Amino acid sequence: MRKGWKWFWTLVIGLPLIVFVIWGLWDNTRLFVVTFLNGMTLASLYFIVAAGFTLVFGLMRNVNLAHGSLYLLGGYVGYLVAHYTGWFVLALAAGFAVAALVGLLMQVSVFRFMPGEDLRQTLVTIALSIIIADLLLWWLGGTVHQADAPELLSGPLRDIPLIKAYSKYRLALLPIGIAIGVVLWLFLNRTRVGMMIRAGVDDRAMLSAAGVNVNVLFAVTFAIGAGLAGLGGVIGAVELSMAPGEDVRLLLASLIVVIIGGMGSVVGAALGASILGLAETYGLAYAPTYSVVFTFVILVLVLAFRPRGFLGRPA
Amino acid sequence: MSAANWRNAMNSGAGRAVMMNRGQVAVALPLPGVGGNRGLSLISAIRARHVVVLAFLLAYPWFATPFFTFQIGAQSLALGLIALSLTFLGGYGGMVSLAQITVAGIAGYGVAIFGAASAADTAISLGWPWWVAVLISIVIATAGATFIGWLSVRTEGIYTIMITLAVGVAFYYLCLQNYSVFNGFQGFQRVHAPTVLGVSMRDPLPFYYLVLFWSLAGYFFVKYLLRAPFGIALQGIRDNPRRMNALGFNVTAHRIAAYAVAGVMAAVGGVLLVWYNGLIGPGSVGTSWIINILIIAVLGGMRHPIGAFLGAIVFVLLQTFAIDVFDRERFNLVIGAVFLVIVLFSPDGLLGWWAGLKSKFLTPRGGVR
Repeated sequence: MRKGWKWFWTLVIGLPLIVFVIWGLWDNTRLFVVTFLNGMTLASLYFIVAAGFTLVFGLMRNVNLAHGSLYLLGGYVGYLVAHYTGWFVLALAAGFAVAALVGLLMQVSVFRFMPGEDLRQTLVTIALSIIIADLLLWWLGGTVHQADAPELLSGPLRDIPLIKAYSKYRLALLPIGIAIGVVLWLFLNRTRVGMMIRAGVDDRAMLSAAGVNVNVLFAVTFAIGAGLAGLGGVIGAVELSMAPGEDVRLLLASLIVVIIGGMGSVVGAALGASILGLAETYGLAYAPTYSVVFTFVILVLVLAFRPRGFLGRPA
Repeated sequence: MSAANWRNAMNSGAGRAVMMNRGQVAVALPLPGVGGNRGLSLISAIRARHVVVLAFLLAYPWFATPFFTFQIGAQSLALGLIALSLTFLGGYGGMVSLAQITVAGIAGYGVAIFGAASAADTAISLGWPWWVAVLISIVIATAGATFIGWLSVRTEGIYTIMITLAVGVAFYYLCLQNYSVFNGFQGFQRVHAPTVLGVSMRDPLPFYYLVLFWSLAGYFFVKYLLRAPFGIALQGIRDNPRRMNALGFNVTAHRIAAYAVAGVMAAVGGVLLVWYNGLIGPGSVGTSWIINILIIAVLGGMRHPIGAFLGAIVFVLLQTFAIDVFDRERFNLVIGAVFLVIVLFSPDGLLGWWAGLKSKFLTPRGGVR
């Protein structure tokens, strides 16, 4: 019986998707393939940002609603560093470091003193996000900042069959996203600190009783999570551009990614980011004024059938 | 079954609920006994206070300037009504929904779309009589609130904030991107209160009394509801959903019903707010307002329905006069800092601060802490 329902829903959701894919390929192959690439490259940005969000939530039950502000901060810092030094790698490192430092500061000076009060922590992150956003507006103004891609990756890559040309930088985002995912996976599954983090996700009290200094672990995790937001910011400063309001956009994306993928799961974040990135770009390409509706429908469907997301476990 | 599974099973129910509540009590929750522990001897005092406040509210526009009546008085009360719906949900239902301004926004957009807006928007506005437009808007907004509730009660605790925030921001982007129904970035201008029986509701005095009437109605409705069986059950569900379920209460249905009730209040507040502003657009339902409503509710304190209005008055005063002290551009910095201080040092808002002061200086005569 249950299996029957599963088949039913797979058909109801899958069949229109397949029809759409076939129609899209037949109607305008180039548009379809380019949109797919756009979706996946956007997804890798979403993944990088949301992975930090989900990591912090998984371990500390802290919904860091200032995550978007950290993204914006990292993006601005990366833009300035790239602008003045011209080294994109240095900009990436600076974006990561500054956001990680601010995240560390938040954890050490505020959240450490309210353990277990997850609602209060969330309210604090909301207050911090308002303050950070306004400080950034004060500092850099409301103009749009767009960083240039590094020389190696600037310009289009030509002579690709079917789609002719595609931005090198955007194409490079795919391996970057995958690389960060693999590094994160290796870190979580193959190192001692990663092992502690996973143990902490499952049972914080037991980990503490086993002699691990949970406060240090929390600080490290928060710094990494915030740093990933900053790193995403630098990447996004080139891919999308930086302006006030982008923090909300990436916060919404992170929220939806982790709601769809499941809180605290890095693989879930990858899955959620792919779904969201594809839905958003296909929506924009094929039904511009309703693109956010697709995102919303996906959110509703996932919540209706899998309230904890695809790979989420009961908290 | 492994030990970890057992632990999970134990944690997922009562244990977790207790933990969650500990977190929430610290922020905003009213003590379960607050409504009930006013002794008989206190009744007269409380009544005197009520009478004074009510008299002040009624007399206010007669000694205040029209600016104070309209910009401060009416705006505070309208925002307070929306914040009250959040206080009801968050303080008594244990569900902090960030989508209350979204519900209000749906009602506001409804008034503009079904009713009359400026001449430029006639292509979209249907121009129905104002009372039809208002009724339909409130019904649609309430249905929307119920739907949001149905979505978000599937998960618990901190997830609620995330889901309702996602819904709220998604609605903002829908309003921003869609031109055929929501008129995109522009929104609707000149959505004015109607003229009823020769009295123009746009004028400060009638509008103030209109808002006052609905705010008082909302306030006393919440006060009544909290002592009705539904309200008691809701507070029980907030404190321990598992036990209430075992007692035979339908936890999910109660929660969704709470969302619907709060939705009606937010919708009424939304109609009043759109009349106050005279316009509605994506900016009226954007993140800053999503967060402002939360700030208002937390600022006043979610221990008591009056907190929403207290918070609204402080917020509106800050919003109006902070620009004289600080730079106009830096209002967000000021309100963010105030919010941070309140959350860090007085989690129960101004009410909690007041209670703390009272217990410090007035040594309690009874058994009250």
